[in-house]
Amino acid sequence: MKIHEYQAKELLRRYGVAVPEGKPVLQLGEAEAAIRWVQDKTKNQLVVVKAQIHAGGRGKGGGVKVAKTFDEAIEKARAIFGMQLVTHQTGPEGQQVRRLLIEQGVDIARELYLGLVVDRGSGRVTVMASTEGGMEIEEVAAKHPEKILKQAIDPAVGFRPWQARALAYGLGLSGDAVKSAVELFTKLARAFVELDCSLAEINPLVVTKAGSVMALDAKINFDDNALYRHPELDALRDLDEENPAESEAKKFDLSFIHLDGTIGCMVNGAGLAMSTMDIIKHYGGQPANFLDVGGGATAEKVTAAFKIITSDPRVRGIFINIFGGIMKCDTIAEGVITAVKEVGLKVPLVVRLEGTNVELGRKLLADSKLNLTAATDMADGAKKIVELAK
Amino acid sequence: MSVLVDEKTRLLVQGISGKTGAFHTRQAKEYGTKVVAGVTPGKGGTTFEGTPVFDTVADAVRETGANATVIYVPPPFAADAILEAIAAKLALVVCITEGIPTLDMVNVKRVLESQSTTRLIGPNCPGIISPGKCKIGIMPGYIHKQGNVGLVSRSGTLTYEGVHQLTTLGIGQSTCIGIGGDPVKGMDFVEALELFERDPETHAVLMMGEIGGSSEESAAAFAKAKMSKPVAAFIAGQTAPPGKRMGHAGAIISGGKGTATEKIAALEAAGIAVAKTPAEMGATLKRVLR
Repeated sequence: MKIHEYQAKELLRRYGVAVPEGKPVLQLGEAEAAIRWVQDKTKNQLVVVKAQIHAGGRGKGGGVKVAKTFDEAIEKARAIFGMQLVTHQTGPEGQQVRRLLIEQGVDIARELYLGLVVDRGSGRVTVMASTEGGMEIEEVAAKHPEKILKQAIDPAVGFRPWQARALAYGLGLSGDAVKSAVELFTKLARAFVELDCSLAEINPLVVTKAGSVMALDAKINFDDNALYRHPELDALRDLDEENPAESEAKKFDLSFIHLDGTIGCMVNGAGLAMSTMDIIKHYGGQPANFLDVGGGATAEKVTAAFKIITSDPRVRGIFINIFGGIMKCDTIAEGVITAVKEVGLKVPLVVRLEGTNVELGRKLLADSKLNLTAATDMADGAKKIVELAK
Repeated sequence: MSVLVDEKTRLLVQGISGKTGAFHTRQAKEYGTKVVAGVTPGKGGTTFEGTPVFDTVADAVRETGANATVIYVPPPFAADAILEAIAAKLALVVCITEGIPTLDMVNVKRVLESQSTTRLIGPNCPGIISPGKCKIGIMPGYIHKQGNVGLVSRSGTLTYEGVHQLTTLGIGQSTCIGIGGDPVKGMDFVEALELFERDPETHAVLMMGEIGGSSEESAAAFAKAKMSKPVAAFIAGQTAPPGKRMGHAGAIISGGKGTATEKIAALEAAGIAVAKTPAEMGATLKRVLR
């Protein structure tokens, strides 16, 4: 689960991580008070107006502006609030800005990078730091891997002070900045583990002209599998930032990802679902979604999945590819029949069934007199749906 | 021969009384797997359809001589179940449970690496089967055929698809291992390839990977340096967009890393035949069989 920058900073503040003074704006009417609050708190007119969307690259897209006066700040807030912000992560349609963060301006001496991830190679939480702050860290990793310092956390002993010092000195910090950095790294590592994060990224991490270290930006993702032990985090979910079909799918415990093509897919199992997308593309089609109905799908789940797929107006054909293991083919067939009766079928449908109770499933579909095309295997099904959806 | 499991495997089921555990225990018994014990805390002393149930794994191992365990307990308790099995020194732990918090698995991996008795398969995997001998997990037994191809995969149903293609072509399998789709897990491709290389009954290996991480690249390097047996492969997610998690927690292209293109290039450079589409996995393996 992703959250906004201002929410991440509020969480980090609770863990004692140094972040700038700031106030979120959820409705434009709150902007004036928020700007005044930050200016009073910092005794400084300089504020930064930051668009709050989940996608990265906000600065380049024009969603982050510095203002020297109150009037200028209000003007920027009005311009950014409600704009359709396009970044390299939003896609060409962009994302509407529905929230702002008004924040104090910080005198920056140096910009650094700090990130925590679960490194799958070592199976450990790894703290990464780099002197190349503000840059796309992927670019740094590709071109100058030596510029990324790493410390893996041994879960038996936790993140150790010597590791924090090694990173701080490695970044070329000295004097009070070392102490400040060690404190920030340690507190961030604690937050990461206690909150079950999957990613915590501070880019940039800044050294101020006064010599302290501060998180100027904050991006936090949580491990969906661990949300059950953090019920308080559920309030941070912003449905406006999620694809409505994806949110709907989540309710039925379906794994769904919206894509840009025209062929809707319903598959059981993530690997098979990805492969189904691959084979559709191989035969010249474009998948409209990734959809894994899971191992224990019921007729209700299949119906829900069918509705979600058909609600996309761009879908010009549907390919159902099921290899029944635990999930029986007759269950799938029943779900498909129910769904078509409920929502109708306006586009071609190709069904490939294999596995447990396959004969029963095929018979149910044949007897239903639904207008569908049966496929003998994956390749046959993909070819047929690509042809029918032209 | 086969790897890890065969007719000598004495299986313990952790979470035998739950709905999933009960269902798959019946299926395993029907297939001929020797299920010798179950563990459900609080139900020690009872039986499950003739199988004795114990409160702890240690009790079950001592009383029944179990040498492998399969875990069907819910995600919040699954990591603990794995740790209990490691403490009881079982040789093989197969964890089927999907949805275990990643940081729980980070702790498990630390313990796993501090010992050399127990191997872990999974979590979030279909399990392991040596056709005709022993089935541990949730795969449909009947699609398999006893034979000489080793299969290792990060996926579930895609594995069945591969097995089905092989069986349809008349090619049997020595052992099929589903290593699971989670980012932090037990056995990886390299370990499975090592086992298959050593197994005289395995003549070739079909490996099914997917986007995310760099396990396939490590496997390619291992195959090139250490394997004499032919390997065929398929990588799922060739058309997956970056930054989107494709169902499996581990299946995500991030920072331009873990793409199918990179993986396929690494495999081909190691002399591994890569199937162009998922429909050609069986045929590709057949081509490399000598």
